[in-house]
Amino acid sequence: MADQDGKKIKDPLTGVETTGHVWDDNIREFDNPLPRWWLWAFYMSVIFTLWYWVVYPAWPSGLLEKGYTLGTKTITYDSDAGETKTTHWNTRALLAHQMQTNKSELIRQKMVKEIAETPFDTIAADPQQSKFVLAYGKSIFGDYCAACHQRGGQGVIGHYPNLIDDAWLWGSDVSDIETSIRKGRKGNMPAHKGSLTADEIEQAAHYVLSLSKQSSDVVAIEKGKAIFNTKGCSGCHMPTAMGMKALGSANLTDHIWTQADVNGTDDAGKKLAAVKQVITEGIQREMPAWESRLKDDEIKILVSYIKLLSQN
Amino acid sequence: MLKHESIETNAVLLIVLTLVAISIGGLVEIVPLFYIEGTIEDVKRADGKDAVRPYTPLEQVGRDIYIREGCYNCHSQMIRPFRDEALRYGHYSLAAESQYDHPFQWGSKRTGPDLARVGGKYSSSWHVKHLNKPKSVVPESIMPNYPWLLKTDLDFSDVQAKMKTLKKVGVPYSQTKEEYAANVEQFGEDVAKMLDVNHAESNLMAQEKAKNFDGIPDRITEMDALVAYLQVLGTMIDFSKHDETEFIEFR
Repeated sequence: MADQDGKKIKDPLTGVETTGHVWDDNIREFDNPLPRWWLWAFYMSVIFTLWYWVVYPAWPSGLLEKGYTLGTKTITYDSDAGETKTTHWNTRALLAHQMQTNKSELIRQKMVKEIAETPFDTIAADPQQSKFVLAYGKSIFGDYCAACHQRGGQGVIGHYPNLIDDAWLWGSDVSDIETSIRKGRKGNMPAHKGSLTADEIEQAAHYVLSLSKQSSDVVAIEKGKAIFNTKGCSGCHMPTAMGMKALGSANLTDHIWTQADVNGTDDAGKKLAAVKQVITEGIQREMPAWESRLKDDEIKILVSYIKLLSQN
Repeated sequence: MLKHESIETNAVLLIVLTLVAISIGGLVEIVPLFYIEGTIEDVKRADGKDAVRPYTPLEQVGRDIYIREGCYNCHSQMIRPFRDEALRYGHYSLAAESQYDHPFQWGSKRTGPDLARVGGKYSSSWHVKHLNKPKSVVPESIMPNYPWLLKTDLDFSDVQAKMKTLKKVGVPYSQTKEEYAANVEQFGEDVAKMLDVNHAESNLMAQEKAKNFDGIPDRITEMDALVAYLQVLGTMIDFSKHDETEFIEFR
């Protein structure tokens, strides 16, 4: 401690006391006190902590019934059974309380209940209700449905159906859409690589394309038509090739394609290849059942949302 | 009055006071753990058995893949009791739901959505497409691709060792007849069978065969295990069968 003279002299310029350390003969260190505002803030936070410990549940203790101090605040909420309960402050009771009293939550609940009790046609005709359905449905759709059917409901060719075109595999009525959502759907077209030869698949594909006037190979179309009607295609797609709602089989006569990307190319060869691919490999796809996951009023809003989307 | 200078210039006093300060911090974190039993909700199914069960072998191996791939870096598994989270994700997470998780997957830092209730939300084939290449189903996604999950056969040679390890930290997998009987009592026979360490491999293969999560019939891939795990998350408790008060009174 040779460099310490122990003298806490005051700095002549600022008047601040030094620590008594001296380096290199004349360098000294200020001993500034903590800023007064900082010190007071520190004391106040200590006092706040003591208050908080008392008011909110904080201290664990084996001597108490709950195993910790309960604080002084209470929350009142209604149980699902309709009983009014009061309990010590906790976040779970707070959530229940807010879901029952919060102003915007109550408006939300009122609107949702209103939609649930209104037939779709009335909703579609009412600007306020349809505006609510479009806004609220968008968030439910975005969370649960958009993962497959995409944000705008346009689907993914080959995987997930488009919900905003005019074609419905499983029916377009409100009740059909509701059933699709509640119970889910299993789309199943068998693979035909075992039951048809490569030539037969090609001919059937020509016929299928000819239904929407996209093939002109008369010979192949004629043979394909026979295959379509005798080798099982017409069993699901019907002799008219218009599809069947009960099986979710597609209408092959319109210009809407959800599996084979026929519209995505102008090249006749590629169109043919896309249809052949579907006939060869078949289709296995599944829409999950949402009944146990979504609430009834949410399903109602979703159905109305999808109907409004497809009508707009 | 005790001045800072007298502490700073006295090494013994400094060490003693440092230890006191650290001990207070330690006690605040450690003491509550002795009262943790009371915070885990006792949730029963309609038949009186425990609703929350440990993971099946396939789910547990899938969970290890979840951790290996670092899914937790972007996804939490904890729905907080807030209005916005209740509306988006469903019922808030219960302590009971992660009682067999080692380590738990709680968190509030999310880059992707919370996964606590992702089970059953999407079809398994969606999960396969999504994990393989997220942008193929969610164009705006920033999640990376995990193409190796489908390509890699699942290595479950150590599944028994994993279950035994978890048993040591309190997960009730069974090895003896007595433990099996206790599991039948606690979880019911169907679940107890899946928790039997001695039949872990056959149970794993049977679950994969029955559900075929990855859509590939003749292989058991890492995708199978991971999707099996994702599909069970948050599905063990049927909240429509419980009064909210039941869970509030646990607090």
